[in-house]
Amino acid sequence: MKSIILKTATEYLLPILLLFSIFILLRGHYYPGGGFVGGLIASIAFVLHSFTHGVNSTLRLLPVHPSGLVPFGLVLSATSMLLPLMAGKPAMTGLWIEEPIPVIGMIGSALFFDIGVYFLVIGVVLTILFSIFQYSE
Amino acid sequence: MEILLLILIALLYSTGIYMLLRRSMVKLLIGLGLLGNGVNILIFLLGSITKGKPPVIDDKASLFRDIYADPIPQALILTAIVISFGLQAFAIVLLKRVYVLVNSDDLDDLNTPEEEDI
Amino acid sequence: MLTAVLAGFFVSILLIPFGKYLKNRLSVLLVLLPALLFGYFAGFIPAVSAGNPVYSHHAWVPSAGINLDFHLDGLSLLFCLLITGIGTLVYIYAVAYMKGHPYLDRFFAYLSIFMAAMLGVVLSDNVLLLFIFWELTSISSFFLIGFNNDNADSRKSSITALAITAGGGFLLMAGLILAGYLSDTHSIREMILSNAILKSHSLYGLVLLLVFAGAFTKSAQFPFHFWLPGAMKAPTPVSAYLHSATMVKAGIYLLARLFPVLGGTDYWTVPLVIIGGCTMLLGAIISIFKKDLKEILAYSTISALGVLVFLIGVGTEAALTAAAVFILVHALYKATLFLVTGIIDHETQTRDISQLSGLRKLMLPVAIAGALAALSSAGIPLTLGFIGKDLIYEATLHTKLNFLFILTAIAVITNIFLVSAGFLAGIKPFTGSLPERLSGVHLPHWFMWMPPLILAFLGILFGSFPGWVGTSVLQPAAAAITNNTAGSPLKIWHGFNLVLLLSAVTIVSGTLLYLFKKTTAASSYPLLSAISAEKTFKRMGDYVKGFSTWYSNTMHNGFLRSYLLRIIIFAVLLLAYRVINGEPLEISLARISTISIYEIVVAGILIAAVYMTVTSTSRLTAVVGTSVIGYCICLMFVFYSAPDLAMTQFTIDTLTLVLFVFVLFRLPPFLNFANSKVRLRDGIVSTSFGVLIGIIALQALNEPIQTDISKFYGENAYTMAKGRNVVNVILVDFRGMDTMFEIVVLSIAALGVFSLINLRLKSSEKE
Repeated sequence: MKSIILKTATEYLLPILLLFSIFILLRGHYYPGGGFVGGLIASIAFVLHSFTHGVNSTLRLLPVHPSGLVPFGLVLSATSMLLPLMAGKPAMTGLWIEEPIPVIGMIGSALFFDIGVYFLVIGVVLTILFSIFQYSE
Repeated sequence: MEILLLILIALLYSTGIYMLLRRSMVKLLIGLGLLGNGVNILIFLLGSITKGKPPVIDDKASLFRDIYADPIPQALILTAIVISFGLQAFAIVLLKRVYVLVNSDDLDDLNTPEEEDI
Repeated sequence: MLTAVLAGFFVSILLIPFGKYLKNRLSVLLVLLPALLFGYFAGFIPAVSAGNPVYSHHAWVPSAGINLDFHLDGLSLLFCLLITGIGTLVYIYAVAYMKGHPYLDRFFAYLSIFMAAMLGVVLSDNVLLLFIFWELTSISSFFLIGFNNDNADSRKSSITALAITAGGGFLLMAGLILAGYLSDTHSIREMILSNAILKSHSLYGLVLLLVFAGAFTKSAQFPFHFWLPGAMKAPTPVSAYLHSATMVKAGIYLLARLFPVLGGTDYWTVPLVIIGGCTMLLGAIISIFKKDLKEILAYSTISALGVLVFLIGVGTEAALTAAAVFILVHALYKATLFLVTGIIDHETQTRDISQLSGLRKLMLPVAIAGALAALSSAGIPLTLGFIGKDLIYEATLHTKLNFLFILTAIAVITNIFLVSAGFLAGIKPFTGSLPERLSGVHLPHWFMWMPPLILAFLGILFGSFPGWVGTSVLQPAAAAITNNTAGSPLKIWHGFNLVLLLSAVTIVSGTLLYLFKKTTAASSYPLLSAISAEKTFKRMGDYVKGFSTWYSNTMHNGFLRSYLLRIIIFAVLLLAYRVINGEPLEISLARISTISIYEIVVAGILIAAVYMTVTSTSRLTAVVGTSVIGYCICLMFVFYSAPDLAMTQFTIDTLTLVLFVFVLFRLPPFLNFANSKVRLRDGIVSTSFGVLIGIIALQALNEPIQTDISKFYGENAYTMAKGRNVVNVILVDFRGMDTMFEIVVLSIAALGVFSLINLRLKSSEKE
C-alpha cells in the first residue's frame, strides 16, 4: 500500500472522517447515528491511516494508546449512568440542561453516555486491529 | 418481500450450519458470521418490516403521526452486530494463536492429545 | 450442642492451614477434640438417665423443613459416648500408628469430619438433617478407606464402599422424605406421635423397604455385606473406629431410632429377622475360615451387626435391651481386637494368623488386651459379653414368634462361631512358641497399646459391676428404643436356667471348635464364595463402566462438529415434530408487502455471494464473499427504514473484512477434509434446519405482532427522553443498562484479544 495518491488522500481523509464521526455522534439523538456508528467511523479513519502510514505512525497521532480509551469510555458511560443517583433519582434517569445549544441540541446525561460509547468503540476496535497488525508484522 | 427474506434466512441458516460442521477453523468462523447474519434478518423480519418510515420523529412533532418501522428489533440488531464483531475478533485471534501452536487449520488436530488420554 | 456436633468440622478446616505443623508429636493435641467432646456428653449422663432428654433447636432452612434440631436421649447418648470415647482412644492410637505419615493432617481431618458427621447422625431429630450427616459419614469413610490412594486395591474398595453406602443413602433419603410426607413432619419425635397413621398407610411397606435399604447397606447386611471386608484396606485405626465401633452401627442406630415410628409390625419383624439371621450366621461361619486377622474381624463384625438387626427385628423389650447392651459389648471388644490387630500388623508386618504365634513373650500388655477382648466376645462370665449373650438368648427364647427354637438355634450357632473367631483373633497370635522370624519384634509406644488395654478392661469392669453402666447408660438407651421408661436392671447372675445352659454350651463348643479346627483357607469352600454377592456387584459395575466408556467414546468424542451435528439433528427432529403437528402452514397475502426489482437484484447478489463463500477453496474469496453478504444485508436495512442499522452494518463489515484479511492472509488454502458422503449428510442436516427455521418464521409472521412496547417507546422518546431517533433513544436511555453491559462485553473481547496476542507461550507449550 505504497500508493502516493492513497497516502496523500488519507492525510486529508483522517480529519474529515473524524469530524464526520463526531457529527454522527452528536446528532444521534435526533437523526440516524449515535455512539456506535460514530465510533466505528472514527476507527475506520484511523485504520485507513495505518494502512498507508503504518501502525506506529498512527499510534503516534493518538495522544494515548487505544487500549487506554476503553476504560475511559467505560468510566464516562458509567458515570453518566450513575450521575442521576446523586440528584436523588434512579440510575439512568435522563438529566437535561434546559436551554438547547446550537448544532448539538439539548445536552443531557444521555449524550455523555453516548460519548462514552463512542470512545469505547474506538478503543476496542483499534486495540483489536492494531494488536493484530503488529502481530502480523 | 417477506417471502424473499424468508428464503434468505433459510439460506443463511443452512449454509451457516453447514460451514460450522466443517473441519476447518476458518470455515467455522465464516459459518458463525453467516449464522449471525441469518439471525439478524430473522429478528428484523419478525418486527414487521416497513418501507421508507424510519423510526425518527419529525422535527415539528413530539409524537409519531403515522406508522413507522419498529425500533425495538433495530436496537436489538444494532447491539447484535457490534457484539458479533467482538466475538469474531476474539475467535479469529484465538484461531491465529492455535494455528501458530499446532501449525494446522484442522480442528481435529486439537483433539489428538486428548485422545491419547483415553 | 450445635457447637459440639460441628466441632469436628471446624477442626478439619483448621487443619488445612495448620496441618503442616502436625508432623511431629503435636498431633497429640488433636486428641483433645474427642476427649473434650466425651467429657461434654458424659456430663449429660445424670440428666438423661433421669429421663430428661435434651433438645436443641436452630433454624437452618425452615422453609424446607430442614432445621438443626438435636435431641439427646438415652440411645443418642450411648452412641455419643461410644463415638467420642472410642474416638479418643483411636486418636491416641493413631498418633503413634500413623506417625511420620506424609498426610497425617489429611488423615486427622477426615477422621474429625467423620466424627462430627457421626455425632450429627445420632443426634439429629430432623430426618433430613440426619440424612445429610448420614451421607457425610459415607463420604468421609470413602476418603478413609482410600486413604492409601496409591494402592489400586484401596481405591477400588473405597469406590465399592461408597457406591453401596451412597446408593443405600439415596434410597434412605427417599424413604425419609416419604415418611416425612406421610406424617407431615420431619421431626422424629413428632413422627413417633403419629406412628399409627404411618403404619396404617398404604405406602408403609414402601417406606420400610427404603429405610431398610439404607440401614442394610450401611450396616453391611447380607447381601450388601461385601463392602465391609473391602473397607479393611483402610488404616487399622479407621477399621477399628468406623468399620466396627461406629459407622457401621449407623444403620443399627437408624433402625433402633425408627423402631417407635415404624416398628413392631410383621412387615418390620420378618425381613429384619430373616436378613439379620442370614447375616449373622453367614458372617460368623465365613469368619473362622479366614486367615487374615482383619478379615476375620470384618466377618465377625458383619455377624455381630446381623445379630443387632435380628434383635431389633424381634422387637420385644428384652430383645431391644439386649441390642442396646450388645452395641456396647461389641464396640468394646471389637475395637480392642482391631487395635490389637493393628499393633501386630504394625510391628510384624503380617496379619496372617498361621504365621503368628507366641507374641505374648514380646508384647504382654497387648496380649492381655487381646485375651480379655476375646473372653468378652466369647461371653465368659464376669465379662460384659456374658451379660450381652445372656440377654440375646433370653430375648430369642421369650419371643412370641412361632419358630423360636429355630431363632434360638441360629443365635447359638452364630455365637459358637463368634467365640471361635474371637479366640482366633485375640488369643491365637499370642499363644504357642515364638517363631524365629518374629524375635526382633518389640512392644510399640504406649500410645498404641494403652487404648486397647483400656477398652478391654472396661469390658471386664462393666461386666463385673453392671449396675452403674446399666442404669445410667444402657437402660435409658433401651428405653429410648422402646419409647417407654421401664427397663429391667442388668444382672450378672440369673440363676440356673436354660439361658445359662445355652451360654455354657456356646462357650464350650466355641472353644472346642477353636482348638480342633485346622486353619483352612476359605477358597476350599466353594459354596461360600459362590453366594458372594460381591461378584455380581462387580459384574454390574463392569457393565455400567463399559456402557459409560462406550457412551463417552461415541457421544463425547471431542470433535466439535459431531457435538454440533447431534445437537442440530435433535433440534431438527424436535422442530419438525412440532411443525408437522402444529398449525397448518399458510401464507396470508394481505400482510405481504410488494417486492421491487432492486430488492430482487440485491437478494440475487446475496445468494451468489453465499454460494461463492461456501464453495470457494480460497480463504480470501470466502472472506470477500461474507463481506458481500454483509453489504447486501446493509442495503436491505436501507430499503426497510433502518438507517442506523445500515450504517453500523456497513462499518462493521468493513472492519471485519480488514480483520479477516490481515489474519488469514498468510494461511494456506482450504484443505478438503471431508468426503462427498459426509458433505451430503451435513448438507441434508443443515438444509433441513434452515428450511425449518424458515417455516417457523413464516408461521410467526402469521401471528399478530405485539406492538405495545414499540408504541410506548415511540410515544415517549421525545416527551421523556428528548430524542427523536427512537433507536438511539432506546440504546442510550430506555435500555441504557443493556448498552452498558454490551460495552463491558466489548471491552472484555478487546482485553481478550490484547492478551492473546501478547501472550508469550512458555517454550514447553510450543510444539
